[in-house]
Amino acid sequence: MNNSFLDRSHSIAGPGFSRWLVPPAALCIHLCIGQAYALSVFNKPMSQLIGVSAPAPGDWSIPAIGWIFSIAIVFLGLAAAFGGKWVEEAGPRKAMFAAALFFSGGLVVGSGGVALHQLWLVYLGYGVIGGIGLGIGYISPVSTLVKWFPDRPGLATGTAIMGFGGGALIGAPLAVGLMKFYSSPTSTGVAPTMLTMGIIYLCFMMIGAFIVRIPPAGWKPEGYVAPTVSVGLVTSANVLVHQALRTPQFYLLWGVLFLNVTAGIGVLGQASLMIQEMFPLKFLHDTPAAIAASAAAAAGFVGLLSLFNMAGRIFWASMSDFIGRKMTYVIFFVLGAILYACVPASGRAGNLALFILFYVVILSMYGGGFATIPAYLRDLYGTVNVGAIHGCLLTAWSAAGVAGPVLVNYIRQYQIDHGVAKADAYSVTMYVMAGLLVVGLICNLLVRPVDSQHHVTSKEAVIDGVA
Amino acid sequence: MSNGVKLTLSWLLVGIPLAWGVYVTILNALKLF
Repeated sequence: MNNSFLDRSHSIAGPGFSRWLVPPAALCIHLCIGQAYALSVFNKPMSQLIGVSAPAPGDWSIPAIGWIFSIAIVFLGLAAAFGGKWVEEAGPRKAMFAAALFFSGGLVVGSGGVALHQLWLVYLGYGVIGGIGLGIGYISPVSTLVKWFPDRPGLATGTAIMGFGGGALIGAPLAVGLMKFYSSPTSTGVAPTMLTMGIIYLCFMMIGAFIVRIPPAGWKPEGYVAPTVSVGLVTSANVLVHQALRTPQFYLLWGVLFLNVTAGIGVLGQASLMIQEMFPLKFLHDTPAAIAASAAAAAGFVGLLSLFNMAGRIFWASMSDFIGRKMTYVIFFVLGAILYACVPASGRAGNLALFILFYVVILSMYGGGFATIPAYLRDLYGTVNVGAIHGCLLTAWSAAGVAGPVLVNYIRQYQIDHGVAKADAYSVTMYVMAGLLVVGLICNLLVRPVDSQHHVTSKEAVIDGVA
Repeated sequence: MSNGVKLTLSWLLVGIPLAWGVYVTILNALKLF
């Protein structure tokens, strides 16, 4: 890692470099690490590695396999939180290079775990090693883009984080195609698929690390005049990460992200089951052909949600450049709470189109929440340590990744155990999620400009290399 | 290599796989209707 090519000083853009080369570099990373959202395509084949055509004694259970994703998300948050400062110091190229090694290395080690049928090795590989790659890879291009696009930070972060949503759209069919290619009467083809994907993603992420540049000191876009005074929530100063952690705004935004993601993950995880149980006439299960058609339609619904999850990231984040970050989150929480509360009614009315419409808007705001938060942080804390602060905030995602599914599954099971019909068991869940969004709205409304006592001083700036 | 060529190549590099993913997803989503 001491190769000078990777050093921050060697990735400073020269004269004539177009800043529009940086979003594709960021997308090279995010389109790959976004594969994590498509990890569930491995669930079924991984649960029948021994039996191949059906689960056999000794095969892994689906809940045990589900922990791979949970571990990866937890390590994403931890790596982003503890590695954020290093990412700022090392520069995006070294960070993206490290992310490529960790993420693809995780897939390779995970592939070994599948080949040897050692679940702990898959946890270690994809979960821990891959999760570290996810965390470092997630924040490094985001903070770089914020610095290149001071005039449109929402568009910049939206572009990169859209890639994370788009990664699922690529990762799922790629994995399915590769498993089909490698499968045989004695193998599900999971291990060679993961190995191949590790190699492909390594190459793709390395291209991103090669392309990325940081702006030279004092650079600004043509015609852009940096604000000299703070306007509303948008500061003209900078706050270092250790100071940011002492501000109430950080914890309010942590709550904003946590509640938005908890609600989103909660409904995303049960979307497939929910549509099948709420619309039994559309999703018939009486013949093998009907079961197959229903499964395909439910998978299509989940795909549609992924599409809007991705589109919402760039749409809402770009929109926030015009209407402000606080107002964007007000829309997420107010409109979100109304839609969550209306979903059960659309199910009871048997209105599939309305149900789908509510769901895709909800998912667009779920994605938009992820994409707008770095720009919100940049508004409050400036650009200097935004990557490190963003990294710390992503622990909210890790917490929501555990809380969301647990909460939804618990509420649903509690309802069913107390005699509520399956189709109706979702109503309470959705009302609880709407309640969480109301709490999120309160957190968002409490956000005020950061007190100037936290702004970086000239002495701190010299010590931290800001000046 | 000019900036225009670099921009075209780099956007195609990420745009083609993304467009393929979107296309496959839309095809699958049509089974819903």
